[in-house]
Amino acid sequence: MTTKKFMFVNRKAPYGTIYALESLEVVLIGAAFEQDVSLAFMDDGVYQLKKGHNTKGIDVKGFERTYGALEDYDVTKLYVDEESLKARGLTADDLCVPVEVMSRAAIGKLMEEQDVLLSF
Amino acid sequence: MGTLEVNGKSVEVDEEGYLVNLNDWDEAIGAELAKTENVNMTEQHWEVVNFLREYYNEFQIAPAVRVLTKAIGKKLGPEKGNSQYLYELFPYGPAKQACKIAGLPKPTGCI
Amino acid sequence: MLNIVNKSPLDRNTLQSCLDANTGGAILLIEDGVFAATRGNAFEAKLKAVQGTFKVYALGPDLDARGFGDRVMDGVTVVDYAGFVDLVAEFKTCQSWL
Repeated sequence: MTTKKFMFVNRKAPYGTIYALESLEVVLIGAAFEQDVSLAFMDDGVYQLKKGHNTKGIDVKGFERTYGALEDYDVTKLYVDEESLKARGLTADDLCVPVEVMSRAAIGKLMEEQDVLLSF
Repeated sequence: MGTLEVNGKSVEVDEEGYLVNLNDWDEAIGAELAKTENVNMTEQHWEVVNFLREYYNEFQIAPAVRVLTKAIGKKLGPEKGNSQYLYELFPYGPAKQACKIAGLPKPTGCI
Repeated sequence: MLNIVNKSPLDRNTLQSCLDANTGGAILLIEDGVFAATRGNAFEAKLKAVQGTFKVYALGPDLDARGFGDRVMDGVTVVDYAGFVDLVAEFKTCQSWL
């Protein structure tokens, strides 16, 4: 099987809609196929990685800690759009996992290099 | 939806026999779930089941087989971190059977 | 009247529409709407600017779920579900900006 470059582009906040969780689940399922996987977070998608989710009050399963398992799944390329962070008053220190912060243009360039883009 | 009776306690299980509420689990229920899978629980079996429960507590997911194998190897040594060892303990799939016995939901992307 | 907004202001224009309608009364931010009430977000200044016209509330459990319980901007009152009910009861009409 040849390896393809897959990028998951995450642009939605967690919990308000199902996109963030769906994306994470597809990433975990897809990891079984041992492809070259990366995750990009931009716009409200950067909220997915905000540290300190406490979902008890809304009675929904929180999935912040699941991002911590990505490393076990050999998913280590996490790219976060710097402009999106800034517009939300956030920095890389506010995020729950180590990421690479880069400009939107740099992420665009990486998108252009992919074989498959999955949009969430 | 069905129920499983253990020591006079009755817990809910789904149509495939997985525990509905993670918090209902204790070792007696684990042993009863093992019976439904025809698994004879030994210390080695419990080691894997407990590992899965810890993994779930930390990351809120049941790991895929490949990830489980690797993580077990890291924690319990390479002689246990291989699929042959795990399939000997859980012949119908370590992720599927061990997760069920551990009271966890069916692993995402379980095949 | 009570205005309820459940969309992020950086993703949709619903909160902007609500502000433009300029009804006065109260705005209750829920679900992804609570991001508007977090410190340092790009919509913060706009929400601050209308605080003379609207009293602004945000739902605590939704802030907590998103990890922003401790980063609410000044001038916003955090309420729980009981507070949500009180607000609905307090106003004669309610518009949900879906």
